[in-house]
Amino acid sequence: MDFGFIVKSIPLYVKAAEFTLQLSFWGILLSLFIGLVCSLITYYKVNLLDKVVQIYIELSRNTPLLIQLFFLYYGFAKIGIKFEAYSCAIFGLAFLGGSYMAEAFRSGLEAVSKIQIETGLSIGLNRWQLMRYIILPQAFSIAIPAIGANAIFLLKETSVVSAIALADLMFVAKDLIGMYYKTTEALTMLVVAYLIILLPISLLLTFIERKVRHAGFGD
Amino acid sequence: MQDLGINVIFEGSNLLRLLIGLWVTMRIAIVAIAISVVLGIAFGIVMTAKNRWIQWIARLYLESIRIIPILVWLFIFYFGITKVLHIHLGAEVVSVLVFSLWGIAEMGDIVRGAITSLPVHQRASGRALGLTDLQIYRYIIIPQAVRRLIPAAINLATRMIKTTSLVVLIGVVEVLKVGQQIIEVSILKTPSASFWVYACIFALYFIICYPISLWSKKLELKWQNQ
Repeated sequence: MDFGFIVKSIPLYVKAAEFTLQLSFWGILLSLFIGLVCSLITYYKVNLLDKVVQIYIELSRNTPLLIQLFFLYYGFAKIGIKFEAYSCAIFGLAFLGGSYMAEAFRSGLEAVSKIQIETGLSIGLNRWQLMRYIILPQAFSIAIPAIGANAIFLLKETSVVSAIALADLMFVAKDLIGMYYKTTEALTMLVVAYLIILLPISLLLTFIERKVRHAGFGD
Repeated sequence: MQDLGINVIFEGSNLLRLLIGLWVTMRIAIVAIAISVVLGIAFGIVMTAKNRWIQWIARLYLESIRIIPILVWLFIFYFGITKVLHIHLGAEVVSVLVFSLWGIAEMGDIVRGAITSLPVHQRASGRALGLTDLQIYRYIIIPQAVRRLIPAAINLATRMIKTTSLVVLIGVVEVLKVGQQIIEVSILKTPSASFWVYACIFALYFIICYPISLWSKKLELKWQNQ
Protein backbone atom coordinates (compact mmCIF):
# COMPACT_ATOMS: atom_id res chain seq x y z
CA MET A 1 0.00 0.00 0.00
CA ASP A 2 1.32 3.39 -0.99
CA PHE A 3 -0.05 5.74 1.64
CA GLY A 4 1.50 8.80 0.04
CA PHE A 5 -0.54 8.04 -3.06
CA ILE A 6 -3.69 7.57 -0.99
CA VAL A 7 -3.25 10.93 0.72
CA LYS A 8 -2.64 12.61 -2.60
CA SER A 9 -5.76 11.05 -4.10
CA ILE A 10 -8.06 12.14 -1.27
CA PRO A 11 -9.08 15.46 -2.86
CA LEU A 12 -10.05 13.63 -6.06
CA TYR A 13 -12.27 11.25 -4.12
CA VAL A 14 -13.84 14.06 -2.09
CA LYS A 15 -14.77 15.86 -5.28
CA ALA A 16 -16.15 12.68 -6.80
CA ALA A 17 -18.09 11.88 -3.64
CA GLU A 18 -19.65 15.33 -3.77
CA PHE A 19 -20.65 14.65 -7.34
CA THR A 20 -22.12 11.25 -6.47
CA LEU A 21 -24.08 12.79 -3.61
CA GLN A 22 -25.32 15.66 -5.70
CA LEU A 23 -26.43 13.34 -8.46
CA SER A 24 -28.17 11.02 -5.98
CA PHE A 25 -29.85 13.94 -4.27
CA TRP A 26 -31.51 15.19 -7.44
CA GLY A 27 -32.21 11.67 -8.62
CA ILE A 28 -33.89 10.70 -5.34
CA LEU A 29 -35.83 13.97 -5.12
CA LEU A 30 -37.21 13.53 -8.62
CA SER A 31 -37.95 9.85 -7.94
CA LEU A 32 -39.94 10.83 -4.87
CA PHE A 33 -41.93 13.31 -6.90
CA ILE A 34 -42.59 10.88 -9.75
CA GLY A 35 -43.39 8.13 -7.27
CA LEU A 36 -45.88 10.25 -5.36
CA VAL A 37 -47.66 11.38 -8.50
CA CYS A 38 -47.79 7.85 -9.91
CA SER A 39 -49.05 6.34 -6.68
CA LEU A 40 -51.79 8.97 -6.37
CA ILE A 41 -52.85 8.30 -9.94
CA THR A 42 -53.17 4.57 -9.21
CA TYR A 43 -54.80 5.27 -5.85
CA TYR A 44 -57.56 7.37 -7.39
CA LYS A 45 -57.67 5.11 -10.46
CA VAL A 46 -57.55 8.09 -12.79
CA ASN A 47 -58.87 6.95 -16.14
CA LEU A 48 -56.28 6.11 -18.79
CA LEU A 49 -53.47 7.74 -16.80
CA ASP A 50 -53.37 4.76 -14.48
CA LYS A 51 -52.72 2.50 -17.47
CA VAL A 52 -49.85 4.76 -18.51
CA VAL A 53 -48.44 4.62 -14.99
CA GLN A 54 -48.69 0.85 -14.97
CA ILE A 55 -46.81 0.55 -18.25
CA TYR A 56 -44.15 2.95 -17.01
CA ILE A 57 -43.69 1.02 -13.76
CA GLU A 58 -43.32 -2.31 -15.54
CA LEU A 59 -40.90 -0.87 -18.10
CA SER A 60 -38.74 0.77 -15.49
CA ARG A 61 -38.70 -2.14 -13.06
CA ASN A 62 -37.88 -4.80 -15.60
CA THR A 63 -34.90 -3.20 -17.33
CA PRO A 64 -31.42 -2.42 -15.97
CA LEU A 65 -30.31 1.16 -15.30
CA LEU A 66 -27.23 0.74 -17.47
CA ILE A 67 -29.34 -0.07 -20.50
CA GLN A 68 -31.75 2.76 -19.70
CA LEU A 69 -28.83 5.19 -19.56
CA PHE A 70 -27.30 3.97 -22.82
CA PHE A 71 -30.67 4.20 -24.51
CA LEU A 72 -31.22 7.73 -23.21
CA TYR A 73 -27.70 8.99 -23.75
CA TYR A 74 -26.55 7.37 -26.98
CA GLY A 75 -29.85 6.27 -28.46
CA PHE A 76 -31.96 9.40 -28.15
CA ALA A 77 -29.12 11.64 -29.31
CA LYS A 78 -29.37 10.05 -32.72
CA ILE A 79 -33.00 10.89 -33.25
CA GLY A 80 -32.48 14.51 -32.33
CA ILE A 81 -33.17 14.49 -28.59
CA LYS A 82 -29.88 15.39 -26.95
CA PHE A 83 -29.24 15.33 -23.23
CA GLU A 84 -26.15 16.38 -21.39
CA ALA A 85 -24.58 13.42 -19.62
CA TYR A 86 -25.41 14.92 -16.23
CA SER A 87 -29.09 15.56 -16.86
CA CYS A 88 -29.27 12.21 -18.60
CA ALA A 89 -27.99 10.50 -15.45
CA ILE A 90 -30.48 12.35 -13.24
CA PHE A 91 -33.28 11.55 -15.64
CA GLY A 92 -32.25 7.89 -15.79
CA LEU A 93 -32.10 7.63 -12.01
CA ALA A 94 -35.50 9.27 -11.71
CA PHE A 95 -36.93 6.97 -14.37
CA LEU A 96 -35.70 3.95 -12.44
CA GLY A 97 -36.35 5.28 -8.94
CA GLY A 98 -39.78 6.69 -9.71
CA SER A 99 -41.30 3.25 -10.09
CA TYR A 100 -39.67 1.94 -6.91
CA MET A 101 -40.87 4.98 -4.97
CA ALA A 102 -44.33 4.60 -6.47
CA GLU A 103 -44.53 1.05 -5.12
CA ALA A 104 -43.39 2.25 -1.70
CA PHE A 105 -46.02 5.00 -1.61
CA ARG A 106 -48.68 2.67 -2.95
CA SER A 107 -48.16 0.15 -0.17
CA GLY A 108 -48.33 3.03 2.31
CA LEU A 109 -51.54 4.40 0.82
CA GLU A 110 -53.17 0.97 0.78
CA ALA A 111 -52.28 0.40 4.41
CA VAL A 112 -54.37 3.36 5.61
CA SER A 113 -57.52 1.73 6.92
CA LYS A 114 -61.00 2.41 5.59
CA ILE A 115 -62.18 3.50 9.04
CA GLN A 116 -59.70 6.36 9.01
CA ILE A 117 -61.03 7.59 5.69
CA GLU A 118 -64.68 7.16 6.65
CA THR A 119 -64.10 8.99 9.91
CA GLY A 120 -62.46 11.82 8.02
CA LEU A 121 -65.39 12.03 5.64
CA SER A 122 -67.94 11.92 8.45
CA ILE A 123 -66.42 14.94 10.16
CA GLY A 124 -66.86 16.81 6.91
CA LEU A 125 -63.36 16.93 5.43
CA ASN A 126 -63.22 17.42 1.69
CA ARG A 127 -61.07 15.25 -0.57
CA TRP A 128 -58.03 17.48 -0.38
CA GLN A 129 -58.20 17.81 3.39
CA LEU A 130 -58.66 14.07 3.70
CA MET A 131 -55.51 13.48 1.66
CA ARG A 132 -53.54 16.21 3.41
CA TYR A 133 -54.43 15.49 7.04
CA ILE A 134 -55.50 11.84 7.22
CA ILE A 135 -54.14 9.70 4.41
CA LEU A 136 -50.74 11.14 3.45
CA PRO A 137 -49.25 11.46 6.95
CA GLN A 138 -50.10 7.86 7.79
CA ALA A 139 -49.14 6.51 4.39
CA PHE A 140 -45.85 8.36 4.53
CA SER A 141 -44.84 7.00 7.90
CA ILE A 142 -45.70 3.47 6.82
CA ALA A 143 -43.74 3.90 3.60
CA ILE A 144 -40.64 5.44 5.18
CA PRO A 145 -38.58 2.25 5.58
CA ALA A 146 -39.24 1.31 1.96
CA ILE A 147 -38.44 4.87 0.82
CA GLY A 148 -35.18 4.78 2.74
CA ALA A 149 -34.23 1.41 1.28
CA ASN A 150 -34.95 2.77 -2.20
CA ALA A 151 -32.82 5.83 -1.53
CA ILE A 152 -29.85 3.62 -0.62
CA PHE A 153 -30.53 1.46 -3.65
CA LEU A 154 -30.47 4.53 -5.91
CA LEU A 155 -27.31 5.87 -4.29
CA LYS A 156 -25.61 2.57 -5.04
CA GLU A 157 -26.98 2.53 -8.57
CA THR A 158 -25.23 5.84 -9.32
CA SER A 159 -22.02 3.81 -9.57
CA VAL A 160 -23.17 2.99 -13.10
CA VAL A 161 -23.04 6.56 -14.42
CA SER A 162 -19.29 6.38 -15.00
CA ALA A 163 -20.26 4.37 -18.09
CA ILE A 164 -21.57 7.55 -19.70
CA ALA A 165 -18.38 9.43 -18.80
CA LEU A 166 -19.50 11.17 -15.62
CA ALA A 167 -16.83 11.74 -12.99
CA ASP A 168 -18.32 9.89 -10.02
CA LEU A 169 -16.43 7.77 -7.46
CA MET A 170 -16.24 4.78 -9.77
CA PHE A 171 -14.83 6.96 -12.54
CA VAL A 172 -12.03 8.32 -10.34
CA ALA A 173 -11.04 4.84 -9.21
CA LYS A 174 -11.01 3.59 -12.79
CA ASP A 175 -8.93 6.60 -13.81
CA LEU A 176 -6.34 6.07 -11.09
CA ILE A 177 -6.06 2.38 -11.96
CA GLY A 178 -5.65 3.22 -15.61
CA MET A 179 -3.11 6.02 -15.17
CA TYR A 180 -0.92 4.90 -12.29
CA TYR A 181 -1.73 1.20 -11.96
CA LYS A 182 -2.34 1.76 -8.23
CA THR A 183 -5.11 -0.82 -8.16
CA THR A 184 -5.12 -1.69 -4.47
CA GLU A 185 -4.97 1.90 -3.31
CA ALA A 186 -7.62 3.13 -5.71
CA LEU A 187 -10.05 0.33 -4.84
CA THR A 188 -9.48 0.66 -1.10
CA MET A 189 -10.26 4.35 -1.30
CA LEU A 190 -13.33 3.58 -3.39
CA VAL A 191 -14.68 1.21 -0.77
CA VAL A 192 -13.87 3.64 2.04
CA ALA A 193 -15.64 6.44 0.19
CA TYR A 194 -18.79 4.38 -0.33
CA LEU A 195 -18.73 3.24 3.30
CA ILE A 196 -18.44 6.85 4.52
CA ILE A 197 -21.47 7.77 2.45
CA LEU A 198 -23.62 4.68 2.92
CA LEU A 199 -22.94 3.47 6.46
CA PRO A 200 -24.47 6.48 8.28
CA ILE A 201 -27.51 6.42 5.99
CA SER A 202 -27.97 2.70 6.47
CA LEU A 203 -27.64 2.99 10.27
CA LEU A 204 -30.08 5.90 10.33
CA LEU A 205 -32.50 3.80 8.32
CA THR A 206 -32.28 0.89 10.76
CA PHE A 207 -32.98 3.34 13.58
CA ILE A 208 -36.00 4.85 11.81
CA GLU A 209 -37.31 1.42 10.93
CA ARG A 210 -37.22 0.41 14.58
CA LYS A 211 -39.03 3.62 15.55
CA VAL A 212 -41.74 3.07 12.96
CA ARG A 213 -42.23 -0.53 13.98
CA HIS A 214 -42.57 0.54 17.59
CA ALA A 215 -45.20 3.07 16.60
CA GLY A 216 -47.03 0.39 14.66
CA PHE A 217 -47.31 -2.02 17.53
CA GLY A 218 -49.04 0.28 19.95
CA ASP A 219 -48.72 3.37 22.06
CA MET B 1 -35.44 10.57 -44.17
CA GLN B 2 -33.54 7.57 -45.49
CA ASP B 3 -34.56 4.00 -45.00
CA LEU B 4 -35.93 3.14 -41.60
CA GLY B 5 -33.21 2.75 -39.00
CA ILE B 6 -34.91 -0.24 -37.45
CA ASN B 7 -33.68 -2.32 -40.38
CA VAL B 8 -30.26 -2.33 -38.78
CA ILE B 9 -31.54 -4.92 -36.31
CA PHE B 10 -32.56 -7.32 -39.04
CA GLU B 11 -29.59 -6.82 -41.33
CA GLY B 12 -27.31 -9.80 -41.80
CA SER B 13 -26.98 -11.74 -38.59
CA ASN B 14 -27.28 -8.72 -36.30
CA LEU B 15 -30.26 -9.93 -34.30
CA LEU B 16 -28.68 -13.33 -33.86
CA ARG B 17 -25.45 -11.71 -32.68
CA LEU B 18 -27.38 -9.64 -30.14
CA LEU B 19 -29.15 -12.73 -28.89
CA ILE B 20 -25.86 -14.60 -28.56
CA GLY B 21 -24.53 -11.62 -26.61
CA LEU B 22 -27.56 -11.72 -24.39
CA TRP B 23 -26.99 -15.40 -23.80
CA VAL B 24 -23.54 -14.58 -22.37
CA THR B 25 -25.07 -12.47 -19.58
CA MET B 26 -27.93 -14.92 -19.10
CA ARG B 27 -25.45 -17.75 -18.70
CA ILE B 28 -23.68 -15.82 -15.96
CA ALA B 29 -27.03 -15.04 -14.33
CA ILE B 30 -28.30 -18.61 -14.54
CA VAL B 31 -25.16 -20.17 -13.06
CA ALA B 32 -25.04 -17.55 -10.31
CA ILE B 33 -28.74 -18.00 -9.51
CA ALA B 34 -28.35 -21.78 -9.30
CA ILE B 35 -25.40 -21.47 -6.94
CA SER B 36 -27.22 -18.82 -4.90
CA VAL B 37 -30.33 -20.91 -4.43
CA VAL B 38 -28.47 -23.97 -3.17
CA LEU B 39 -25.91 -22.23 -0.98
CA GLY B 40 -28.32 -19.43 -0.05
CA ILE B 41 -30.76 -21.87 1.54
CA ALA B 42 -27.90 -23.37 3.53
CA PHE B 43 -26.73 -19.88 4.50
CA GLY B 44 -30.24 -18.91 5.55
CA ILE B 45 -30.55 -21.90 7.85
CA VAL B 46 -27.14 -21.09 9.31
CA MET B 47 -28.36 -17.54 9.94
CA THR B 48 -31.18 -18.81 12.15
CA ALA B 49 -28.64 -20.48 14.45
CA LYS B 50 -28.74 -19.41 18.08
CA ASN B 51 -24.97 -19.06 18.39
CA ARG B 52 -24.02 -15.39 18.70
CA TRP B 53 -20.73 -15.71 16.83
CA ILE B 54 -22.33 -17.43 13.87
CA GLN B 55 -25.05 -14.81 13.76
CA TRP B 56 -22.51 -12.02 13.92
CA ILE B 57 -20.31 -13.40 11.15
CA ALA B 58 -23.31 -14.11 8.91
CA ARG B 59 -24.61 -10.61 9.49
CA LEU B 60 -21.21 -9.09 8.70
CA TYR B 61 -21.04 -11.01 5.43
CA LEU B 62 -24.57 -10.00 4.43
CA GLU B 63 -24.18 -6.34 5.30
CA SER B 64 -20.77 -5.91 3.72
CA ILE B 65 -22.02 -7.41 0.47
CA ARG B 66 -25.09 -5.20 0.61
CA ILE B 67 -23.57 -1.86 1.41
CA ILE B 68 -21.05 -1.79 -1.44
CA PRO B 69 -22.42 -1.46 -4.98
CA ILE B 70 -22.12 -4.61 -7.09
CA LEU B 71 -20.09 -2.76 -9.70
CA VAL B 72 -17.49 -1.99 -7.02
CA TRP B 73 -17.41 -5.66 -6.02
CA LEU B 74 -16.84 -6.60 -9.66
CA PHE B 75 -13.90 -4.19 -9.79
CA ILE B 76 -12.49 -5.43 -6.50
CA PHE B 77 -12.51 -9.02 -7.68
CA TYR B 78 -11.47 -8.38 -11.26
CA PHE B 79 -8.70 -5.82 -10.69
CA GLY B 80 -7.94 -5.92 -6.97
CA ILE B 81 -7.96 -9.52 -5.81
CA THR B 82 -6.32 -10.84 -8.94
CA LYS B 83 -3.50 -8.36 -8.48
CA VAL B 84 -2.99 -8.96 -4.78
CA LEU B 85 -3.02 -12.75 -5.12
CA HIS B 86 -1.15 -12.75 -8.43
CA ILE B 87 -3.72 -14.92 -10.12
CA HIS B 88 -5.55 -14.50 -13.37
CA LEU B 89 -9.32 -14.82 -13.43
CA GLY B 90 -11.41 -14.35 -16.55
CA ALA B 91 -14.07 -11.66 -16.49
CA GLU B 92 -16.82 -14.26 -16.75
CA VAL B 93 -15.47 -16.28 -13.84
CA VAL B 94 -15.23 -13.13 -11.74
CA SER B 95 -18.80 -12.22 -12.66
CA VAL B 96 -20.15 -15.61 -11.65
CA LEU B 97 -18.18 -15.41 -8.41
CA VAL B 98 -19.39 -11.92 -7.47
CA PHE B 99 -23.00 -12.55 -8.43
CA SER B 100 -22.99 -15.82 -6.50
CA LEU B 101 -21.59 -14.15 -3.39
CA TRP B 102 -24.28 -11.48 -3.65
CA GLY B 103 -27.02 -13.98 -4.42
CA ILE B 104 -26.07 -16.26 -1.52
CA ALA B 105 -26.22 -13.33 0.89
CA GLU B 106 -29.58 -12.07 -0.36
CA MET B 107 -31.09 -15.53 -0.69
CA GLY B 108 -29.89 -16.36 2.80
CA ASP B 109 -31.62 -13.31 4.17
CA ILE B 110 -34.86 -14.24 2.39
CA VAL B 111 -34.70 -17.78 3.78
CA ARG B 112 -33.94 -16.48 7.27
CA GLY B 113 -36.85 -14.07 7.05
CA ALA B 114 -39.21 -16.81 5.90
CA ILE B 115 -38.21 -19.15 8.71
CA THR B 116 -38.18 -16.62 11.55
CA SER B 117 -41.42 -14.96 10.46
CA LEU B 118 -43.35 -18.18 11.19
CA PRO B 119 -45.23 -17.80 14.47
CA VAL B 120 -43.59 -19.68 17.36
CA HIS B 121 -46.82 -21.54 18.09
CA GLN B 122 -46.47 -23.45 14.82
CA ARG B 123 -43.32 -25.10 16.09
CA ALA B 124 -44.76 -25.50 19.58
CA SER B 125 -47.95 -27.15 18.29
CA GLY B 126 -45.89 -29.59 16.30
CA ARG B 127 -43.94 -30.48 19.40
CA ALA B 128 -47.16 -30.86 21.39
CA LEU B 129 -48.36 -33.35 18.80
CA GLY B 130 -45.23 -35.36 19.46
CA LEU B 131 -43.45 -34.70 16.16
CA THR B 132 -39.69 -35.04 16.05
CA ASP B 133 -37.51 -32.07 15.03
CA LEU B 134 -37.12 -33.54 11.56
CA GLN B 135 -40.87 -34.03 11.19
CA ILE B 136 -41.50 -30.48 12.37
CA TYR B 137 -39.18 -29.21 9.61
CA ARG B 138 -40.59 -31.59 7.02
CA TYR B 139 -44.31 -31.05 7.63
CA ILE B 140 -44.63 -27.67 9.32
CA ILE B 141 -41.72 -25.30 8.78
CA ILE B 142 -40.64 -26.04 5.21
CA PRO B 143 -44.07 -26.03 3.50
CA GLN B 144 -44.97 -22.69 5.07
CA ALA B 145 -41.55 -21.10 4.70
CA VAL B 146 -41.35 -22.05 1.04
CA ARG B 147 -44.57 -20.20 0.28
CA ARG B 148 -43.22 -17.11 1.93
CA LEU B 149 -39.85 -17.19 0.24
CA ILE B 150 -40.55 -18.24 -3.35
CA PRO B 151 -42.00 -14.92 -4.58
CA ALA B 152 -39.09 -13.04 -2.99
CA ALA B 153 -36.59 -15.50 -4.43
CA ILE B 154 -38.02 -15.06 -7.94
CA ASN B 155 -37.76 -11.31 -7.46
CA LEU B 156 -34.13 -11.72 -6.51
CA ALA B 157 -33.59 -13.71 -9.70
CA THR B 158 -34.90 -10.84 -11.86
CA ARG B 159 -32.71 -8.42 -9.94
CA MET B 160 -29.71 -10.63 -10.63
CA ILE B 161 -30.57 -10.89 -14.32
CA LYS B 162 -30.86 -7.10 -14.57
CA THR B 163 -27.66 -6.51 -12.66
CA THR B 164 -25.61 -8.86 -14.81
CA SER B 165 -25.79 -6.12 -17.46
CA LEU B 166 -22.91 -4.55 -15.50
CA VAL B 167 -20.44 -7.23 -16.58
CA VAL B 168 -19.78 -5.30 -19.78
CA LEU B 169 -17.92 -2.77 -17.64
CA ILE B 170 -15.26 -5.33 -16.68
CA GLY B 171 -14.89 -6.36 -20.29
CA VAL B 172 -17.22 -9.30 -20.84
CA VAL B 173 -18.33 -9.27 -24.47
CA GLU B 174 -22.08 -9.42 -24.06
CA VAL B 175 -25.18 -7.89 -25.59
CA LEU B 176 -24.24 -4.24 -24.96
CA LYS B 177 -20.74 -4.74 -26.40
CA VAL B 178 -22.14 -6.54 -29.43
CA GLY B 179 -24.61 -3.69 -29.80
CA GLN B 180 -21.78 -1.17 -29.83
CA GLN B 181 -19.96 -3.19 -32.48
CA ILE B 182 -23.07 -3.26 -34.66
CA ILE B 183 -23.51 0.49 -34.23
CA GLU B 184 -19.91 1.17 -35.18
CA VAL B 185 -20.18 -0.90 -38.32
CA SER B 186 -23.42 0.65 -39.53
CA ILE B 187 -22.96 4.22 -38.30
CA LEU B 188 -22.34 5.62 -41.79
CA LYS B 189 -25.20 3.84 -43.47
CA THR B 190 -27.74 4.24 -40.68
CA PRO B 191 -26.96 7.19 -38.41
CA SER B 192 -29.86 6.31 -36.14
CA ALA B 193 -28.50 2.80 -35.56
CA SER B 194 -27.68 3.45 -31.90
CA PHE B 195 -31.28 4.36 -31.14
CA TRP B 196 -32.62 1.14 -32.59
CA VAL B 197 -29.92 -1.12 -31.24
CA TYR B 198 -30.25 0.20 -27.69
CA ALA B 199 -34.03 0.13 -27.97
CA CYS B 200 -33.76 -3.50 -29.02
CA ILE B 201 -31.52 -4.37 -26.05
CA PHE B 202 -33.90 -2.52 -23.75
CA ALA B 203 -36.79 -4.55 -25.16
CA LEU B 204 -34.86 -7.82 -24.85
CA TYR B 205 -34.26 -7.27 -21.14
CA PHE B 206 -37.91 -6.37 -20.68
CA ILE B 207 -39.07 -9.49 -22.52
CA ILE B 208 -36.97 -11.64 -20.21
CA CYS B 209 -37.69 -9.95 -16.88
CA TYR B 210 -41.35 -9.02 -17.25
CA PRO B 211 -42.80 -12.56 -17.37
CA ILE B 212 -40.66 -13.56 -14.41
CA SER B 213 -41.83 -10.68 -12.24
CA LEU B 214 -45.40 -11.28 -13.35
CA TRP B 215 -45.06 -14.89 -12.26
CA SER B 216 -43.73 -13.89 -8.84
CA LYS B 217 -46.58 -11.42 -8.34
CA LYS B 218 -49.10 -14.11 -9.27
CA LEU B 219 -47.65 -16.63 -6.83
CA GLU B 220 -47.60 -14.00 -4.09
CA LEU B 221 -51.30 -13.21 -4.59
CA LYS B 222 -52.24 -16.87 -4.83
CA TRP B 223 -50.53 -17.85 -1.60
CA GLN B 224 -51.56 -14.76 0.26
CA ASN B 225 -55.21 -15.68 -0.04
CA GLN B 226 -54.85 -19.21 1.26
